[in-house]
Amino acid sequence: MAAAASMVASSSFTFPSQGLRLPTRSHPCMKAQRRILRKDASNVIAATYELKPPPYPLNALEPHMSQETLEYHWGKHHRTYVKNLNKQVLGTDLEGLSLEDIISVTYNRGDILPAFNSAAQAWNHDFFWESMRPGGGGKPSGDLLDLIKRDFGSFERFTEEFKSAAATQFGSGWAWLAYKANRLGVENAVNPWSSENDKKLVIVKSPNAVNPLVWDYFPLLTIDVWEHAYYIDFQNRRADYISVFMEKLVSWETVNARLEKAKARAAEREMEEERRKKEEEWKPTDGDEDDEGLEMYVDSDDDSEAE
Amino acid sequence: MAILSLATRKTLTLGLNSTRLTQSCALRTFSLPELPYDYGALEPAISGEIMQLHHQKHHQTYISNYNKALEQLHEAIQKGDSSTVAKLQSAIKFNGGGHINHSIFWQNLAPIREGGGEPPKGSLGWAIDTNFGSLESLIQKINAEGAALQGSGWVWLGLDKELKQLVIETTANQDPLVTKGAHLVPLLGIDVWEHAYYLQYKNVRPDYLKNIWKVINWKYANGVYEKESA
Repeated sequence: MAAAASMVASSSFTFPSQGLRLPTRSHPCMKAQRRILRKDASNVIAATYELKPPPYPLNALEPHMSQETLEYHWGKHHRTYVKNLNKQVLGTDLEGLSLEDIISVTYNRGDILPAFNSAAQAWNHDFFWESMRPGGGGKPSGDLLDLIKRDFGSFERFTEEFKSAAATQFGSGWAWLAYKANRLGVENAVNPWSSENDKKLVIVKSPNAVNPLVWDYFPLLTIDVWEHAYYIDFQNRRADYISVFMEKLVSWETVNARLEKAKARAAEREMEEERRKKEEEWKPTDGDEDDEGLEMYVDSDDDSEAE
Repeated sequence: MAILSLATRKTLTLGLNSTRLTQSCALRTFSLPELPYDYGALEPAISGEIMQLHHQKHHQTYISNYNKALEQLHEAIQKGDSSTVAKLQSAIKFNGGGHINHSIFWQNLAPIREGGGEPPKGSLGWAIDTNFGSLESLIQKINAEGAALQGSGWVWLGLDKELKQLVIETTANQDPLVTKGAHLVPLLGIDVWEHAYYLQYKNVRPDYLKNIWKVINWKYANGVYEKESA
């Protein structure tokens, strides 16, 4: 998952209204750029987000998830989110931001702005397609399995809890496995985990378009439980859909790769935090630059706050 | 301990069935109300396949879960287990709301040969013209609200009993209309959960909204309106 969208100037688009056309059955190796800059007739550069194809052909998840489902889910729903996102972003302050930044801004600490639904759903669906693969399912291994055992007791307990979260997300939404390595004081309206046990795996569910990015978690795996995700193949039987997803579709390789990134980011943040703390310690308190810091360790009659 | 006589009552419209003897008071459970028409009778506006799944699976599941939650609530109340009482509230709202809303919905629909789609006459028709200018204008507004609703929910034509005025409202998930205002009475509700239209209309919710008016039962809505505005 590209963290930041890269920009590619393209001069091959003489008809900007057509956009970039992607074949519906794309080869897994074809990686389309997330964002392209293109010039329209009035020579203004407009940044757009594009619909990235799943990393497998639309029939590759059969019989567990039908081609028909992919054709509608990716070809219509996901495509519409991207289209609406572009419409809502064009000519606003959001233009030019990465998708994740748009999500963060428009989440607006829970007081959701209109573009959030489109942006988050565009992101969520990219993440969802990549969470699955043909011949998926089975069990994870290595570090990921160790962490799952550590934080859930066993892989079976994890599976139970994940399936339960997916089944009990009422209405539309998503269930997630995420890596939580929070800084305290994250500025968002809803943080479901108020106890601060840092650096662990968590299962969370979210309504509609909300995703764990807004809580500053690092998502590792998701299942879409909007009805459109399973209605063609399973009708009302969401539980069956969830079971098939776990047994036959989950790409543990992808989850593993994401976990590595999550740990790396957590380590980076820790170092950041350390560095910042050290800077605070040595910062002059009265604007007096020399040896001010040393006074902290010396008894004085001064009542001023030593920081 | 008081001994209650077991009385079994069956009513068709609300689906209340037998009372059950418990320690100190009876718990009413609910059952699936029968549809006043065949599953296929609303075609081509709404397919028989959808009607059957919607009624026999979705609505039934809400009722089953509602009954379960009520039983658990009943027990928790008797034990004085406030924590459980509080915890059950969302299950009751989801599933009880689902039962309420769908019970209204089945009556909001009628086959064309039984008056489905016929514009409202009587005082409701007049009120619509007064409040919205015309039936077309009302339908346009309801459809716009229904199409714009994110995720799952309902779009309603309601009567505000206090203000004596018709209102268009949306509710999320299975929240009943009354959660938007204690004086609101539902006249007409349109389910915009994906299960209500997906097999037939897929992602094109606006087409579902356009077509459902062919089978809307204005007679029922008018009846409620006249009763509540009396």
